Amino acid sequence: MSARSWLLHGGLLLIALVFPLVFSSNFAINFGVMALFYAFIGQSWNIAGGFAGQLSFGHVVFFGAGAYASTILQMRFGFNPWLGLPASALAGAVVGFVIAFLSFRAGLKGSYFALITLAFAEVLRIIANSVEITGGGLGMLIPAKPSAANFQFPERIGFYYLILALTAGSIVIALWLKRSRFGAQLAAIRENEDAARALGVNVFREKVKVLMLSGAIGGIGGCFFAQYFLYIDPLVVFGIDKSVEMLLVSMIGGAGTVYGPLIGAVLLAAVGDFTRVLTDVQGLSLVLYGALLLVIIAFLPNGLIDLFKHFGKRGPKPLSKESE
Amino acid sequence: MLKVTGLSKVFGGLKAVDDASLSVSEGSIVALIGPNGAGKTTLFSCIAGFQKINAGKVEFQGEDITGLPVHTIARRGMVRTFQVTQPFARLTVHENIAVGAYQQFPRRDEAWEHARRIGKQLGMEALLDQSAAGLTVAGRKRLELARTLATGPRLLLLDEVMAGLNPSEIIEIVEMVRAIRASGVTVLLIEHVMQAVMSLSEYIYVLSYGKIIAEGQPREVVSDKAVIEAYLGRGAAEQIAQSHEQEGAHA
Repeated sequence: MSARSWLLHGGLLLIALVFPLVFSSNFAINFGVMALFYAFIGQSWNIAGGFAGQLSFGHVVFFGAGAYASTILQMRFGFNPWLGLPASALAGAVVGFVIAFLSFRAGLKGSYFALITLAFAEVLRIIANSVEITGGGLGMLIPAKPSAANFQFPERIGFYYLILALTAGSIVIALWLKRSRFGAQLAAIRENEDAARALGVNVFREKVKVLMLSGAIGGIGGCFFAQYFLYIDPLVVFGIDKSVEMLLVSMIGGAGTVYGPLIGAVLLAAVGDFTRVLTDVQGLSLVLYGALLLVIIAFLPNGLIDLFKHFGKRGPKPLSKESE
Repeated sequence: MLKVTGLSKVFGGLKAVDDASLSVSEGSIVALIGPNGAGKTTLFSCIAGFQKINAGKVEFQGEDITGLPVHTIARRGMVRTFQVTQPFARLTVHENIAVGAYQQFPRRDEAWEHARRIGKQLGMEALLDQSAAGLTVAGRKRLELARTLATGPRLLLLDEVMAGLNPSEIIEIVEMVRAIRASGVTVLLIEHVMQAVMSLSEYIYVLSYGKIIAEGQPREVVSDKAVIEAYLGRGAAEQIAQSHEQEGAHA
């Protein structure tokens, strides 16, 4: 990478690191946690939908699988909640493998694939609602025992730095995808599967791999969510709302770009908090999201990131052409 | 290098390819010609694994590859281009070629360097940073060629890479195909541009209604009665022969 892009990544990280020290109110830190959380789960969608072109309407399926896997291990089997992180990643990856294997073997593409993911999310929601181990429709309450060893940071800032680390990790993965053979093959699959196949890309295998990667990230998101709110139920972690939010932050920010989900998530969290402060009207934030989405589709079809690109172009041109 | 025996492909009641056999020896340029709708592209698709075949056998470098997946065949060194070009539209030319180059070089810097080299070889150096969506027809045809060439193939299946090009562009591509062969790659091509077919190929197969109706050296094939009739209709060969005789008599 060029010096310029190191400066960009480093600068962003620095801003994120000092943010909770400068704005230390609970409100501000909660805003930061939610923005980073949406950036993280948005990146999960973005890796499958944006990078590999496998659009999904039911990405919450990975999120929910991770949330339930980690919470069940903790509540039913007494595991330390920190073990929930790898366990939820594994659960998300397994669900990703199953969905990818079944639907890509059957040759499902485009909107058919999107609908099948929605169906899987609904099936898992109904299962979570009906079996005993998940606590059924009542969900599961994780008792509050604040201590960092217990994944319940006494101060919110602990959660902030954890989700910052996770989000930074997801951005590193996205950067790697932009510059690796795997990422190049995914881009080829997104643009034209037949042509990718003709050049020797194992389309089926790469699509299964990317859905497992995306699923693992989504699963970790679910684990974080469970520990942050200490409560999960089928509607919250398998409901369509989260699926929509995951794809919305990517699309608003810029699908298929490294920073798209982060940009979209900051905006989404800002709109959400802003409307809650100004008014009590339930659901007003959703109305605003809808309006924002319309405006962005009309004027910035590639997402808000285009604004930054236009802005960047006015600056001095980098000397090396390799910078991208 | 490539040996196709008794290949048939049926779509519903239509025999698109009917008991076709052909062979391509290493280091040669072989052409597959025939009237529109003869089944040339279907035959290509069957050979490269894009279509399941109903009967027959495809052997490549001495091994039976019938029914293998497309990407496996491609990795073994037989790569096709598409008649209707299929660029990765939102990627740059360089990225397009790099997808092919990554098949040979897993490391990014090597793959990108190889892609640059191939781009240069095919005269696309100035276009490398352009989006593939903005290319002209000639540019797209070249990109098809560049991408496949970047995979390091042993045998290239070129499906009408000259269609829609102007005469000077055709001359350039003909030179490129010659250079590709000189670098050790065998070429099987479908082409309508007869000037290119005649000057490039050493051996020609003619397909009509899914059947191989003639094969041989370029000169033998173009004077073949069955071939002339396939292109110009029944009785055409006799009429031409007669007119040649009359001309002879007048002279």
